[in-house]
Amino acid sequence: MDIDLKYWIWFSSLVKISPRRRLKLLEYFGDPAFLWECPEVELKKLPICTPLVIEAILDKQCRSDVPGIIEAIKKCNGTIITIRDGIYPEALRNIPGAPAVLYCRGKLVKDEICIAVVGSRRATSYGLDMAKRLSRDLAGRGVTIISGMARGIDSKAHTGALEAGGRTVAVLGCGVDVIYPYENSGLMDRICQSGAVLSEYIPGTPPISFNFPARNRIISGLSQGVTIIEASDRSGSLITAEFALEQGREVFAVPGNINSMNSSGTNRLIRDGAKLVTNAGDILEELKMNNTANDNVYWKKQLLQNAMGEEELTISQRLLDGPAHIDVISRDCGISVQLAGSVLVMLELSGFVEQLPGKFYKLAE
Amino acid sequence: MYSKLKSCGLLGIDGYVVEVETDISSGIPVFDLVGLGDAAIREARERVRSAIKNSGYEFPIRRITLNLAPANLKKEGSSFDLAIALGVLASTEEIETEALGNYLFTGELSLDGEVKPVKGVLPMAVCARQNGIDNIVLPRENAEEASVVKGLNVIPVRNLKETVEFINKKTNIFPFVSSNDCMKSARKEYDVDFADVKGQENVKRALEVAASGGHNCIMIGSPGSGKTMLAKRLPTILPSMTFEEGLEVTKIHSIAGILPPGISLITARPFRSPHHTISDIGLVGGGAMPKPGEISLAHYGVLFLDELPEFSKKSLEVLRQPLEDGVITISRVNASLTYPAKTMLICAANPCKCGRYLDPAGQCTCTPRQVQQYLGKLSGPLLDRMDIHIEVSSVKYRELDSGSAGDLSSTIRERVEVTRQIQLDRYKSMRIYSNSQLQPAMMSKFCKLDEKCRDILRNAFDRLGMSARAHSRILKVSRTIADMERSEEIKPVHLAEAIQYRSLDRKVWNM
Repeated sequence: MDIDLKYWIWFSSLVKISPRRRLKLLEYFGDPAFLWECPEVELKKLPICTPLVIEAILDKQCRSDVPGIIEAIKKCNGTIITIRDGIYPEALRNIPGAPAVLYCRGKLVKDEICIAVVGSRRATSYGLDMAKRLSRDLAGRGVTIISGMARGIDSKAHTGALEAGGRTVAVLGCGVDVIYPYENSGLMDRICQSGAVLSEYIPGTPPISFNFPARNRIISGLSQGVTIIEASDRSGSLITAEFALEQGREVFAVPGNINSMNSSGTNRLIRDGAKLVTNAGDILEELKMNNTANDNVYWKKQLLQNAMGEEELTISQRLLDGPAHIDVISRDCGISVQLAGSVLVMLELSGFVEQLPGKFYKLAE
Repeated sequence: MYSKLKSCGLLGIDGYVVEVETDISSGIPVFDLVGLGDAAIREARERVRSAIKNSGYEFPIRRITLNLAPANLKKEGSSFDLAIALGVLASTEEIETEALGNYLFTGELSLDGEVKPVKGVLPMAVCARQNGIDNIVLPRENAEEASVVKGLNVIPVRNLKETVEFINKKTNIFPFVSSNDCMKSARKEYDVDFADVKGQENVKRALEVAASGGHNCIMIGSPGSGKTMLAKRLPTILPSMTFEEGLEVTKIHSIAGILPPGISLITARPFRSPHHTISDIGLVGGGAMPKPGEISLAHYGVLFLDELPEFSKKSLEVLRQPLEDGVITISRVNASLTYPAKTMLICAANPCKCGRYLDPAGQCTCTPRQVQQYLGKLSGPLLDRMDIHIEVSSVKYRELDSGSAGDLSSTIRERVEVTRQIQLDRYKSMRIYSNSQLQPAMMSKFCKLDEKCRDILRNAFDRLGMSARAHSRILKVSRTIADMERSEEIKPVHLAEAIQYRSLDRKVWNM
């Protein structure tokens, strides 16, 4: 491991100093190594260094923990990304209080379009459905879904994205080697494989409730927009929405029953100006993304996953160009009309295709 | 003096032997005709009297009693004239009576003794054959029709005098033999062909499935989308009729009196397309003098109801029972007649009042409620009898222009015949002849689904919002599709195709 990283790791473990203040220190010193070397006398001269800060910087425990952290990172197959690295997400770099270091399991991709999908941990089935559907449709169109891997909406958002064969990133409030909640261990493995699990906290950090609101700024920071599926009046998701506004991100909210406690937060967001979202198209429209840009990949993946045949693939590809009559499909694909009919029914039963009156077919929403 | 000879009456599509008994005794001159004859038969007295006189014979001025036995059945029409006249002449010993038992007479007389054609000669000839009568004497114009029946001497006569002289062996009339062998010309060339229809591959396929399994179907499409054109071509892909089938069809048409002249046997499957103003009786048959209705005239052929929702509700509802049973029984005060009605029902309907609901251009001006109401007129039980629902969309001009015409009728018919044969072999011992007639008990035997197919079907009902009535229809149609592929078991691909022929059961149509 790069010797330089030692200082970065140490710097990231200074949780007693607020992220914003840490950024200022970094700005002043240029490199955590200089901070490490800086004697107490010098520190005392700086106006940003309150006694508490100096105490944290000089804390011997933190300094001696560094080798252990390096071990833990290696053990969980993680990487360390500093704010100076090229791979560090550009969107995140510019937010106030950006984390100096990200611990990462899995892979980050440059310049991806990210949408956060977050919501209540105690969600209703409506919320869970919507989370899954929106994420699936977004991920299917090449959008990376960012969420917090918490129970409820967050988990469904990840699941939806994975189902569509898309990318998803989980931002944790604990160490990347800590599985929380425990029932998500399988989900976490899958996210690591086809996306990334991120945390600003050093490995081994337990899920302290204090950490979670702070990680919400990373969730919104990584994303172009934040979608709140379901939130009660005092939900943590509303914090994410606030961060989003502060960081200049779009806020989307899925409306709900006005009598439902679980939707009072989202309904209020809408009243206050958040964009109302009923389907993935609403979000893509705001992002000025071509609605069908990455459909091909999505459908191919989906169909292959469902172990379907060549005809299914040919026909769904034909349907990407828009709805068509069964005769036209059959002719364009060079498939006999009876087989086309049969295949279309199969596709319909698997939910890929919808029939319109008059034997016209289109891809399902 | 008493004499007895045979003629023939009609009951349903079958003839029955009527014995014409004549007794002449002394007394006040009177001509009594008993045996429940209708007005036409009562008037026969006047025709017979003039015909006998004008043929150069003497009409007895004595008490004549004439009975048509069995006397309890109502008889109608003018076909007994010839027999009555001969009966009178036999009683006056004008003709020899010993050979008369082996003859059956039918024909109408004109006042000058000419014999005129009558309706229903074919069933009469069949009846004669069945009753062991070797000769039938009939109007010359009807000879062709009767000549279909093998082993029967058809004696065509022109007038009464000729008939009398023939019986008295003064002249010889050679039995009529048809010059055209009816079965050789059986493969009648239709003047339309499936290849005339451009595009519409899915509809053609659906109709082929319908023809292969004898399934009733309904076509829904905008005006001008080609529903009628397609339906008209359906008989051309049905398997050719067998001799027995042809005979039965000809009998019905013979009774209805709509047999075209010069045709001895109908060999092309009938295509009946009644107008939607037809009454219920016109459709299924009946009336004071019961006549076969359109459904019987379409026996072994196609009954096409264009603009189905425009038909009166009453006339559609009466179709239900005959469609199920393949026969229609008409009960009247004095007789109950049974006409066969094994027909394939093809219906066409517009999707909505303005007709453009399915038009891709989408200029339908109907409200969703109107759309729903329009087809909602069709009762569930009637739709129940439709195995296949076809949505027909208009073909764009570009496609009309392009060359893709598809298979010729004859090619399709060959395929259909193979599929029908498979069914005939399978159902040999069960008195049904096609998949459309499968009863629930038979379905569990012949339409077995494996686990995968059952999953698909369950899924289809959940996802596509199908109504329960679709279930057995899907099974029957998928059986047919499997037969078309010569597959012993029903595979998922067959089942899926059958599912797509149930448009009206689905939520797409909000019904």
